[in-house]
Amino acid sequence: MTQPLLSLRAIGKTYDQRAVLENLSLEVFDGEFLTLLGPSGCGKTTLLRLIAGFEQPDTGSIHLAGADLTAVPPERRPLNTVFQQYALFPHLDVFGNVAYGLRRERRPRAEIAARVEAALALVQLDGLARRKPRQLSGGQQQRVAIARALVKRPQLLLLDEPLSALDAGLRRQMQLELKRLQRELGIAFVFVTHDQEEALSMSDRVAVLHEGVLQQLGTPREVYERPANLFTARFVGAANLFPAQVLETQGDRVVVDCAGQRRTLPAPSFAPRAGQRVSLLLRPEDIRVLAPTADHGVPGIVVERNYKGSTLDSLIHLEGGQQVLASEFFDEDDPAFDYRLGEPVRVSWVDGWEWMLPDDG
Amino acid sequence: MAERAAHLPLHRQRNPLRNAVLGLSWAWLLALVLVPNLLVLTASLLTRDPAHFLQLPPTLDSYARLLDPVYLRVFLHSLGMAAVTTLGCLALGYPFAWALSRIDARWRPLLVFLLILPFWTNSLVRTYAIKQLLAANGLINQLLLALGLIDAPLNLLYTQGAVILGLVYLLLPFMILPLYAVFEDLRPELLLASRDLGAGRLATFVHVLIPLTLPGIIAGTLLVLLPALGMFYVADVLGGARVLLVGNLIKNQFLDARDWPFGAAASILLTAAMALLLFAHRLARRRLAGTAR
Repeated sequence: MTQPLLSLRAIGKTYDQRAVLENLSLEVFDGEFLTLLGPSGCGKTTLLRLIAGFEQPDTGSIHLAGADLTAVPPERRPLNTVFQQYALFPHLDVFGNVAYGLRRERRPRAEIAARVEAALALVQLDGLARRKPRQLSGGQQQRVAIARALVKRPQLLLLDEPLSALDAGLRRQMQLELKRLQRELGIAFVFVTHDQEEALSMSDRVAVLHEGVLQQLGTPREVYERPANLFTARFVGAANLFPAQVLETQGDRVVVDCAGQRRTLPAPSFAPRAGQRVSLLLRPEDIRVLAPTADHGVPGIVVERNYKGSTLDSLIHLEGGQQVLASEFFDEDDPAFDYRLGEPVRVSWVDGWEWMLPDDG
Repeated sequence: MAERAAHLPLHRQRNPLRNAVLGLSWAWLLALVLVPNLLVLTASLLTRDPAHFLQLPPTLDSYARLLDPVYLRVFLHSLGMAAVTTLGCLALGYPFAWALSRIDARWRPLLVFLLILPFWTNSLVRTYAIKQLLAANGLINQLLLALGLIDAPLNLLYTQGAVILGLVYLLLPFMILPLYAVFEDLRPELLLASRDLGAGRLATFVHVLIPLTLPGIIAGTLLVLLPALGMFYVADVLGGARVLLVGNLIKNQFLDARDWPFGAAASILLTAAMALLLFAHRLARRRLAGTAR
């Protein structure tokens, strides 16, 4: 594998005797879009501030392109940050904001003008150079913040929940635009968000954080389809978790009891023991809703239906008291598809589509 | 009519209570600010009368006399002392206000309260307290003698330094409070953004912190510089009998020399200087107005 651009080695950070980050190691490769995903308070913003140099780790080290950055002050790190609330300088106009970093480098006037103009064109803000930040919309301020960071040609761009202040439509547009910028410039992005949908749609790799501990690092598909533990399974995407118990293992197959039904499933990624309690993860789109007369599946009652155009989402109350969310693609030729509220059904899935996780991890 | 009024902005609506309060404020300003100032202005334009203080005819003689090198020297000297006082307050007040804005929010009201607490004691009394500290047999000299650091008492009192110390002590809160207000509004990410973009601590101070706190610096300067020109009793108590401040000059004209027109003209000059500084403050405020939050 190639040399990583950024490597975090065994990072630890404690505030008031509360561990915010614990023994965290992570590598970011050149040109990669890596997302730090987690609920608020998981340590993702702290991690970003450590990379930027605004704070020092208590233990561990940070290396960028082979050089130890741990003790380097933020102004001498070859990376830049897009702040959550943009943090534009209110006393400077758009040009002054974008030129700020270049002026501190004492670049020639002509070079500054050319590079600022190019950066503003990159984020489609040509012609607004003389506006003050307060005269811009939220989306425009966002673009200035991105241009201000990119004009320095950083090796790595850090983005701290940059889209959280935008409304849904603009947010979607900026997601596409950030992705385009990252592809075009080939700069590595480290993007912080608590929005799992945003993380899945934008990233090359996702690092899931919870209580200061890295839960999983993988492609969006790995994180969604093969979560490392129950936290990731619940946090990333909608999850139906069926409690089950291992009855016996048979080579590459394992027999479990799930809601009173005996099912023979492919062996999971961990070594199951007979009698072990496990959870079977099924995403809503993996659930099959069957007629009550079907010969398998768990019986339940449809309590909510939500027509979404291309899919039909149903909430089904199982006899054991569990709620299951099913998301089915429309099949107009299937007469059994259109069940009513309160109607009894059976819920099942194709063997092998489930993802088995131990309950204690 | 009532229905229409509801659509009007609040300040256009007819509200008897609101009008009464506004009217009262205007009457107060008129009676206690405008009329006295007009009286001073009128006095400055009249002729001196040994018996009745003022008499006709109107003249600009008092203003012409202000240009006399003797008085010009007093003005310049007083301005110099006021400038040193202002710089002293700024040097002490800027870091203090910054620290105050960064301290745990629970403690801030208490600290602001402690800052304002001395106002409850008359400033003349506090000036005498400083005199007690600086006197030849005062606390500071006694302490230094007892410690064996000096053999004879130091001449601390009745010096320019004593006057400046007194002015800084009395006026410091007026510098800290407006600075504290701008520091409280300052978003710390702006300083981080500056560092992130390659500016060191000093460059961040010069290019971000100073411009963003400029309205507070100007407001504090306004509140310190002008009183420092006029606080005659500080110069009287701590500086001895010499005329050190414009305030002493004005006081002497009214109480000792009995030359009201000249005293009034000197007052008007101070008021004009104040107006000029207020105008500068407004300009600086407008440049930063509507700071994006």
